[in-house]
Amino acid sequence: MHDDLILATPRGLYCPPGDFYIDPWQPAARAVITHAHADHLRPGSAHYTLAAPGEAVARRRLPADTTLTAVPYGEPLVFGDVRVSLHPAGHVLGSAQVRVEHQGRVWVVSGDYKREADPTCAPFEAVACDVFVSEATFALPVYRWPPTERVAEEILAWWRDNRARGVASVLFCYALGKAQRVLAELAARTDEPIYLHGAVASLTEDYRAAGIRLPVTLPASEPGTRPRAYAGALVVAPPSAAGSTWMRRFGECSTGYVSGWMRIRGNRRRRGCDRGFVLSDHADWPGLLRTFRDTGAARILLTHGHSDALCRYLREQGVAAGALATEYGGEH
Amino acid sequence: MRRLAALFERLDATRSTRAKTEALVEYFRGAPPADAAWGVYVLMGRRMKRCVGAAALRQWLTEESALPAWLVEETYASVGDLAETVALLLADRTAAPAESVPLAEWFEWRLQPLAALPASEQRALVTGWWRELPYLECLLATKLLTGALRVGVSRSLVTRALADCLDVERVGVERALMGEWTPSAAFFESLARPAAVAHPDQPYPFHLASPLEGAPDALGARERWIAEWKWDGIRAQVVRRAGSIAIWSRGEESVAERFPEIVAAAAALPQGTVLDGEVLAWDGRGVLPFASLQRRIGRKAPGAKIQRDIPVRYLAYDLLEADGADLRARPLAERRARLESLVREATAVAGGPGAGGWSAIDVSPVLPCGSWGDLAAAREQARVRGVEGLMLKDAESVYRAGRQRGAWWKWKLDPLTFDGVLLYAAPGHGRRSNLYTDYTFGVWRDDALVPVAKAYSGLTDAEIRDLDRWIRAHTREKFGVVRSVEPLQVFELAYEGIAASTRHKSGVALRFPRILRWRTDKPAREADTLAALRAVLEAPRG
Repeated sequence: MHDDLILATPRGLYCPPGDFYIDPWQPAARAVITHAHADHLRPGSAHYTLAAPGEAVARRRLPADTTLTAVPYGEPLVFGDVRVSLHPAGHVLGSAQVRVEHQGRVWVVSGDYKREADPTCAPFEAVACDVFVSEATFALPVYRWPPTERVAEEILAWWRDNRARGVASVLFCYALGKAQRVLAELAARTDEPIYLHGAVASLTEDYRAAGIRLPVTLPASEPGTRPRAYAGALVVAPPSAAGSTWMRRFGECSTGYVSGWMRIRGNRRRRGCDRGFVLSDHADWPGLLRTFRDTGAARILLTHGHSDALCRYLREQGVAAGALATEYGGEH
Repeated sequence: MRRLAALFERLDATRSTRAKTEALVEYFRGAPPADAAWGVYVLMGRRMKRCVGAAALRQWLTEESALPAWLVEETYASVGDLAETVALLLADRTAAPAESVPLAEWFEWRLQPLAALPASEQRALVTGWWRELPYLECLLATKLLTGALRVGVSRSLVTRALADCLDVERVGVERALMGEWTPSAAFFESLARPAAVAHPDQPYPFHLASPLEGAPDALGARERWIAEWKWDGIRAQVVRRAGSIAIWSRGEESVAERFPEIVAAAAALPQGTVLDGEVLAWDGRGVLPFASLQRRIGRKAPGAKIQRDIPVRYLAYDLLEADGADLRARPLAERRARLESLVREATAVAGGPGAGGWSAIDVSPVLPCGSWGDLAAAREQARVRGVEGLMLKDAESVYRAGRQRGAWWKWKLDPLTFDGVLLYAAPGHGRRSNLYTDYTFGVWRDDALVPVAKAYSGLTDAEIRDLDRWIRAHTREKFGVVRSVEPLQVFELAYEGIAASTRHKSGVALRFPRILRWRTDKPAREADTLAALRAVLEAPRG
């Protein structure tokens, strides 16, 4: 609509009265960031605003001289005559929803979010608003997440089976967020050390520095002359390591992949992994619908994912819904 | 059923053959014999006659899920498998799943009786199962209801595990599981005494050839090898025993009723004969294209007209049993010599060849070519003769079960190729269900592109992802799940044959088209023309 508070522009989601962008995909004068995943945090903007708990991981992904303001959750900011505040999205450490208030109207841009408990980040906070801009990554009714405890127990049982057979367990997780969430869930269940791929290790240190309880971790370095150094071990690695020469150090191993996409068998087979574990940092179908009710929003705008299906479904349910074209990938 | 679900999960979670065999052995040992028998049935990919249509299942799914029909369809398109969609949408919604029902009871008391019930009762039963079954059992039960369940274990793996667990020879188990059998406790127990289960029509497990890569010189002396045409028909065994005649396809389907001409000719064979060979569509001049044979396969009881229009013929190339004795351990050269005299005598018994000068059962000739070079030259004629290439068989080879490297080679022709332009894309099924992997390609007719082929395979996973991204970014229109794309991308496609078709807009049908490579170097206007494809169609047949 013409006087919308947030517009989809070629540069990114833009707020005209506040003159700032949210997660722009091209450089902007001022960028308010929901979280540090690469499709939401891109380098090149003149100034970044983000939630304080996410500062360390964001700095790791931006050039050293970047100008950045880290604000606590809930603290009000003023851009022009627009009031802006950041609220926990429950997606990863420091992930935020952006609340934008202008002349009595309130819009909330969710970024990515989930409703399940996560020991590594503040839980999602339902923020009352007129318009809720939501992700739709898993917006099909087949996406219903099993309880996190059950998935954590499955991972543990898989690791134990592999250990009994004397082979390594290599678990592929997105390096920022998912890996640390899985580590934290395992820390509540075992004291054993877990090996990390380099891409996971540095981010994990940021989480540890933020006071999150994690297990003892060791670098999954070259085994050198130790034969079968990784027999029975659990190794956490980013999905990009699958099929790479880096994997050779483990010899015979079983592979697992942790993602909401693993809900569909075909996705797991395409990944070529032995096991798929259904654990996502995004909202599932019931989670999306519940969140829309919780915010009390009269209008829902959808960004990335299965937005067409969800949009049509909401309209048929009598909810004013639309789409905002973005370049967020959201497929992790 | 819970035991089968656990087995399914274990098989699914490993790529190791050893671990799969272990899982199978444990399953067969742990299951009651009647369940184990049905387990074998499922694992061998056997299927019940379908008793509930997919349309009805979708309807019930929509009603049970309380979702709009379009959303169920869209979800199904994304998942790519109906049974999985059912389980994902409906299973695990109640806290306490039902107690497990044994597999034999599932088949004998639940699934099989369903066929005789009116739709309303079918609906009540099936949706009741959906409501109470846990995820994996819901998926398996629905799969069994809709037909076959693919478990991802080979036939030989199952028979090996059975042989291990029953402590018998694998060959005996293989043979006992050929042809028709009814799962029961008694059947499973009889597998431990394989001789007891042989029934009169039973065929032998087929010996399969491997593709020959490169030149045949590496095979050694030419004299050691028997060369034959590689026919493009249906591999089948003709079993003539104890007053009965059966024809078994490689898929272990009994196909005798489809080919009455061959059955009639087989009556002249002596009792206790098993031939291995090929069913072909044949006119006075030679073999007809596979498309013709396909029309015959489609008729369970072919009428006089189609028998006249598309006659069939069986060309035998092996003799597995004569005078009731199993010849498979004899060398091929000896089997073939006996085959030739046996068929010659049978033809004489029948009063010589038929009216057209040929018999419905004959011997596939041995090619006399003296050197590997002569043979290569003969292979070059394969296309004009309507065959796929050559077979090279070790003259000393015994007839074994399954694919055996080294003894039999298929030396196929290089495929025909053309360059086509990508026109439409649709999501794949199964493991490719949320990528655009089903492609339609077109060639030029004047200034327009006409669709000529659909292909699903041939690209690497990385290419599939790149192309998927390109398709999403270059969509012109959406028709349901199908997208038309900008006609810019050219692909080289291979195919095995071409036939005229009235069912296709292009007027031609291609056999087994697949993608050879993505021609990123080629602009769309340099793709092939329909006229060029038709020229192949109209090339003279030898």
